Amino acid sequence: MSAVPLLAVRDLTVRFGRRVAVQHASFELWPGEVLAIVGESGSGKTTLLRAVHGDLPADGGRVLYRLHDGTLAPLDGLAEPVRRHLARTEWGFVHQNPRDGLRMAVSAGGNVGERLMAAGMRHWGRIRAEATQWLRRVEIDPARIDDPPRTFSGGMQQRLQIARVLVTRPRLVLMDEPTGGLDVSVQARLLDLIRGLVADLGLAAVIVTHDLAVARLLAHRMLVMQGGRIVESGLTDQVLDDPQHPYSQLLVASVLQA
Amino acid sequence: MSLPAYSFAYLDEQTKRMIRRALLKAVAIPGYQVPFASREMPLAYGWGTGGMQVTAAVIGPDDVLKVIDQGADDTTNAVSIRRFFALTAGVRTTERTAEATIIQTRHRIPETPLAAGQILVYQVPQPEPLRKLEPRETETRRMHALAEYGLMHVKLYEDIARHGRITLSYDYPVLVNGRHVMAPSPIPSFDNPKMHRSPALQLFGAGREKRIYAVPPYTDVVSLAFEDHPFRPWKAEAACGLCGATETYLDEVVVDDRGGRLFVCSDTDYCAERRKAGHRGAAAGHALAAGEGG
Repeated sequence: MSAVPLLAVRDLTVRFGRRVAVQHASFELWPGEVLAIVGESGSGKTTLLRAVHGDLPADGGRVLYRLHDGTLAPLDGLAEPVRRHLARTEWGFVHQNPRDGLRMAVSAGGNVGERLMAAGMRHWGRIRAEATQWLRRVEIDPARIDDPPRTFSGGMQQRLQIARVLVTRPRLVLMDEPTGGLDVSVQARLLDLIRGLVADLGLAAVIVTHDLAVARLLAHRMLVMQGGRIVESGLTDQVLDDPQHPYSQLLVASVLQA
Repeated sequence: MSLPAYSFAYLDEQTKRMIRRALLKAVAIPGYQVPFASREMPLAYGWGTGGMQVTAAVIGPDDVLKVIDQGADDTTNAVSIRRFFALTAGVRTTERTAEATIIQTRHRIPETPLAAGQILVYQVPQPEPLRKLEPRETETRRMHALAEYGLMHVKLYEDIARHGRITLSYDYPVLVNGRHVMAPSPIPSFDNPKMHRSPALQLFGAGREKRIYAVPPYTDVVSLAFEDHPFRPWKAEAACGLCGATETYLDEVVVDDRGGRLFVCSDTDYCAERRKAGHRGAAAGHALAAGEGG
């Protein structure tokens, strides 16, 4: 493992007016690592994720990302074209609601192909072949490649969103409650799929969830947030089996059987 | 001495100055949409108010104006705009492409190749080529600024996925000067190649959307496409019934109530010139020919 993390968040603070949503959050993410951020609603998980992705301006602190030359560069120091280029090639963001991450009027194939075309691919047949392969990979029947996502079930839409994000082989994927709003059996299939893909592609991922089972299944390490602060961090099993902070203890104890 | 009832070419001098400044900027950045303070014209939005304002800003007393609508010189829109400038600017008007110094157009580029020194003014309903794909103006501006045009290809991808080929046949998006993606206004894709390195100056005015853009002479204008699905301009597989031309863009006209149809050149001036030169199509002498051009 290299000596430089893929992503480093230092002292990140986000305010909404006078309300502090995230306070002095710091963590590092290494290549191939999956990090879960858990906590109750309103604890600042999603805000932290969006600030890391650059969707929300930070009121303090920095987000650093390792570029291909190995240097750790602060994202706010990069020019916007560079940042947007990174966002659509090396990073991916999976929204909780697939409607936010998909183009509902565009066919499944077009959705998956969009990032390829944005990256400059101009060969229709190759884009099509790549899209077909990715649909198969996320267990969507390739015969539905020309159907719009609004004709898909919730679970299929979420898998399509994942295919759309992974098609450019990103190094870093941020997921905001990827299994939220799906019924339990569909959740299980999706988690299995995500786990397989993350392992196959060697992705680094940050997964925000309120479901400790998701964290247990997918994450190597986890952060526990409460009231905008990271109150505990460590290896997933360690935090879940032997929580130190009172809030973590409460969180773990409140789950019937994690 | 009494002052004239209104300014030369209708618009006041300050307005023309404002439009000329926008035009200069547009010419300096080919394909870039320059916002301008579009004025009310004595004509409804959608009838060519943008084109008229551009024409009014560039026209001089020595200019010769031609106005076409769908290629025809004798349709309502063309006749009324031509008369408007004859009245307000006192300029000479013509139906001959070669004689004109300014050609205001809706939906066509004349068949006769344009020459250096001519100005082609387009009437544009929707200047933003990305609008149907991305409804937010803030976002489309950012996409232009950063040259993020992947979305445009998503639209073409969808076309091929659905129909096996790019079926977009008008307002076909182009890349201007290797930098800006531009809506060529609803001209048929057949006309797109005429924009490429044209010796004429091409100006675009969108009155309702308040945008001006331009393609200076001899600028690269490339129609977007895929490597394995190249751009193919579309045209009806027929010859003009009146003049026999096979290389022109044709209109299909219903000629009777028994299903009779006739393909004729949409460029009435070009068709009339050919007939004058002795070319005859399969339906030569049809009553349709009497009403138009010559």
